[in-house]
Amino acid sequence: MMPSRIAGVIKRMQLGRRAVIAFPLVWLTLFFLLPFALVLKISLSESAIAIPPYGPLVEYADQTLNIFLNLGNYLFLLSDSLYVAAYWGSIKTAFVATSVCLLIGYPMAYAMARAPGRWQLILLLLVMLPSWTSFLIRVYAWMGILSNSGLINNLLLGLGVIDSPLRMMNTQFSVIVGIVYAYLPFMVLPLYAHLTRLDNSLLEAASDLGSRKINTFLKVTLPLSMGGIIAGSMLVFIPAVGEFVIPELLGGPDTLMIGKVLWEEFFLNRDWPVASALAMVMLLLLLIPIVWFHRYQSRELEE
Amino acid sequence: MMRSRRRPSFTTVMLVLGLLFLYLPMVVLVVYSFNESRLVTVWAGFSTQWYGELFRDQQILSAVWTSLEIAFFAASMAVCLGTVAAFVMTRYGHFRGKTALSSMVTAPLVMPEVITGLSLLLLFVQMAQLIGWPADRGMATIWIAHTTFCSAYVAVVVAARLREVDRSIEEAAMDLGSPPVKTFFFVTLPVIAPALAAGWLLAFTLSLDDLVIASFVSGPGANTLPMVVFSSVRMGVSPKINALATLIILTVSLATLLAWYFMRRSEAKRQAAMQQGEGV
Repeated sequence: MMPSRIAGVIKRMQLGRRAVIAFPLVWLTLFFLLPFALVLKISLSESAIAIPPYGPLVEYADQTLNIFLNLGNYLFLLSDSLYVAAYWGSIKTAFVATSVCLLIGYPMAYAMARAPGRWQLILLLLVMLPSWTSFLIRVYAWMGILSNSGLINNLLLGLGVIDSPLRMMNTQFSVIVGIVYAYLPFMVLPLYAHLTRLDNSLLEAASDLGSRKINTFLKVTLPLSMGGIIAGSMLVFIPAVGEFVIPELLGGPDTLMIGKVLWEEFFLNRDWPVASALAMVMLLLLLIPIVWFHRYQSRELEE
Repeated sequence: MMRSRRRPSFTTVMLVLGLLFLYLPMVVLVVYSFNESRLVTVWAGFSTQWYGELFRDQQILSAVWTSLEIAFFAASMAVCLGTVAAFVMTRYGHFRGKTALSSMVTAPLVMPEVITGLSLLLLFVQMAQLIGWPADRGMATIWIAHTTFCSAYVAVVVAARLREVDRSIEEAAMDLGSPPVKTFFFVTLPVIAPALAAGWLLAFTLSLDDLVIASFVSGPGANTLPMVVFSSVRMGVSPKINALATLIILTVSLATLLAWYFMRRSEAKRQAAMQQGEGV
């Protein structure tokens, strides 16, 4: 009697365990993973004037099964220099913005981690607070500041520093300012998390042994905060490559970015297959950064 | 220590400058929301007329309501999904599909929104063709999309807390014959409750804030607040949006202040308890 009852309990527990695992696994597979397969599928279909606006991949007619794999969308991306330029522009812009974020964010996070205990929470909340307001409105704020009749130009004109307004809006500069402004908190947060964990006795040991400050920083602090640098940089770089709102509101004709091109292909041209192909290529380009981020993050998640 | 008397260090200066950089644009938004002129850049005297116009704008008001509704339900579902995901990741050891699950939890954190939005739209379109649902895209599809990406953030927040929690209490409960479900609800859940609250709030703000994904998966029926703001902002600066921004900044600041107060109080309580414990 007993063993079979125990076996029953164990079986029930394992069933429960499987059900618990299945809940997030099935949801995320259905609504996160499967959609990517569909993007791949649509990227291989032909654009059509229909609802939805693409042709079928598989057709069965006259006892023949026809499978259409249309590589035309991908070839089209390669042939039109607009798309290549947009990919390159996105990566370049995201890289510069990420570097600026790191240069500003690292000293900020360092100062936060060194601050007296009761200040740390306040500083952390102060850095994070802007990101809890509205992203859109924070980008919008810069439109009023950078435009030709904006705050900075009015100020400089009023002071007589310049005679004609500086053109800052709708340039590479305004896009980078926007990205740095919007994403800075996401750079600071992981850096701070790593720098607070840093063992102070290591730094003291280094200085006791006569290491100069800059050497201690380069040989102890920097390597030990590498995890934070990678996480922070990826949290800025990857979304920035696909950014749409910032180039749309702050960018101009010479700030081509792929997120905006994809948006226009989809909403204005209604060319879903080309938009899908654009998304697939972007995903491919970002695969290595995403895997890198995942490897760091899953260590944080599971350990 | 000696350093307090010296001139402020480079990193402190950078921190102050960084915070100024983060806050000055928001201050500008708030100041110009009280400007009488329609031009955002010219000061013409104090006025609250734009707030009046904001509250008369039916489109914005109904969009606020739609967004709050979606955010409430998306955050609630994301907390359920994210907590279970975090629990499974931190407590279940190895199981089949763990790598897949952990990838699907971390990838949404960085995935460009245009990709997520497009891919979910294609899913909904195909589902409508295959099973007839969702016939109309709108609040339900936005809810699913927001739940999915928000649950990743919740999972990260809750997993961080689960790793800190002393597992011996859970193990003791199980050793004493408490079934796993009961142990979870009566032992684990109370301890991680602050993380659930933090995760819920984070998911709520993320959902309220999303423009790109909602634009892809929404139909003609549902306009969220960011969608309405975006179509207005595209036309240029408008003092009405400044008024809206001011109210958002005010709300978030008050909520943060409240959160800070409670965090500090619970920290003080914990320290007092620890000191008492040492005294005994």
